[in-house]
Amino acid sequence: MNRSAVSRLSDSSAPSASSAPANSSDAPASFGSIRSLDAPGSPSVSFPQDRGCPYHPPASYAPLRTEGPLTRVALYDGRPVWAVTGHALARELLSDPRLSTDRTMPGFPAPSERFDVIRKRTVALLGVDDPEHNAQRRMLIPSFSLKRIASLRPSVRRTVDRLLDAMEREGPPAELVGAFALPVPSMVICALLGVPYADHELFEDCSRRLLRGPGAADVERARDELEAYLGELIDRKRTDPGEGLLDELIHRDRPEGPLERAELVSFALILLVAGHETTANMISLGTFTLLNHPEQLRALRSGRTTTAVVVEELLRFLSIADGLLRVATEDIEVAGATIRAGEGVVVATSLINRDEDAFAGPDTLDWERSARHHVAFGFGVHQCLGQNLARAELEIALDGLFSRFPGLRLAAPADEIPFKPGDTLQGMVELPVAW
Amino acid sequence: MSAVRIEIDKGRCVGAGMCALTAPDVFTQDDDGLSEILPGRAETAAGQAAVKEAVRACPVGAVSLADGEE
Repeated sequence: MNRSAVSRLSDSSAPSASSAPANSSDAPASFGSIRSLDAPGSPSVSFPQDRGCPYHPPASYAPLRTEGPLTRVALYDGRPVWAVTGHALARELLSDPRLSTDRTMPGFPAPSERFDVIRKRTVALLGVDDPEHNAQRRMLIPSFSLKRIASLRPSVRRTVDRLLDAMEREGPPAELVGAFALPVPSMVICALLGVPYADHELFEDCSRRLLRGPGAADVERARDELEAYLGELIDRKRTDPGEGLLDELIHRDRPEGPLERAELVSFALILLVAGHETTANMISLGTFTLLNHPEQLRALRSGRTTTAVVVEELLRFLSIADGLLRVATEDIEVAGATIRAGEGVVVATSLINRDEDAFAGPDTLDWERSARHHVAFGFGVHQCLGQNLARAELEIALDGLFSRFPGLRLAAPADEIPFKPGDTLQGMVELPVAW
Repeated sequence: MSAVRIEIDKGRCVGAGMCALTAPDVFTQDDDGLSEILPGRAETAAGQAAVKEAVRACPVGAVSLADGEE
């Protein structure tokens, strides 16, 4: 299941947009050009694919960049779906209410057999359309506001410092995913939700099985185990309240009455899983990427740029959540083609965040650029609820790590360090480091 | 001077906080986590580059620049 970084780690292994004539600077991708996108036949590129280098989109996606901004790909089972690869078009379509995020709808694209097995079971927030989605989101927005996140910063910093203290005590080498990248967001989201961190092995294991396997057969069991755990936790909290967001949701006064147990479990599940896996991957892959870009790392260490800038560019560059999924509920005429009702759409964030029309020299990690219009957190009503928590965690974690260990380095050859396969969140499986 | 002013559609706002992150001296979030304009800034800040960036950054088009001629 795990991939190993292959030999080419240089930026030249990125799928090149500039070498392709159809996308050269004097011929920008035009929405008006009619192509035979409706023509039958299997798309030549499958999606998702494993990355060749953990911080670049697969080189085999190169044709998608030149054929874009709207093209076709084949899913794991060969089924053809639309692929969005252009930045402007992605913003347009992710704002279009005719694209649904309800994974139980027929035609919804499945990037893996694992996803196909579990998609009949709904997910709060990211699997729900408006107006239901809006009602759910509005219950949670205040807990993720910039002010609330700013008030959490000191405790995030303490968590980071404690974990760095432990690494320092143990001495090099260390395995950074287990020692730092995963526990930082796990501890932070546990404190925010009111989930006991003592149970982290259980929920981290369930999350890993939900998102990555070992296989389709195990996914439902992982979901059952996690729901059972969270249900029992919520039952306990009814009589023995704590101070987290879950406690607040359990006891919240609402005109329509208290939230039902199943709703609470559903919220808890999405917040817990999305709250730790994503950021853990950004910390591990962000660190790996910085260690492979010594020039850019020097700029950070010498204060020529800020960690906030670095985090934003890393979010763009790494695009760890590649392939946002939608299904059309009506015919949509767009980019010279018609997406028919019932057809699947994958939004390839790794390519959109490297669209030359939106980011100059997109395959280069560049602290000088303004990267904030990236779509690493999505776009439209479903844009990541926890994005500002993620930004705060990433800033504090990367700042802390590189200040504590100025001589941080990989403790294994870069091309031998395993990273995650293409059909899940991108990140490092392990990250051996020394200092 | 033009009478352009910044407007926020709270009905559309999803609390992403992009406007307050991009132009923190113009935008903030209320107790419900929804965006609002800091007092007195709707007209005075309308010409700022950061405000144009905030308009672009909003994921749901809730922040806009409107002609104040009515």
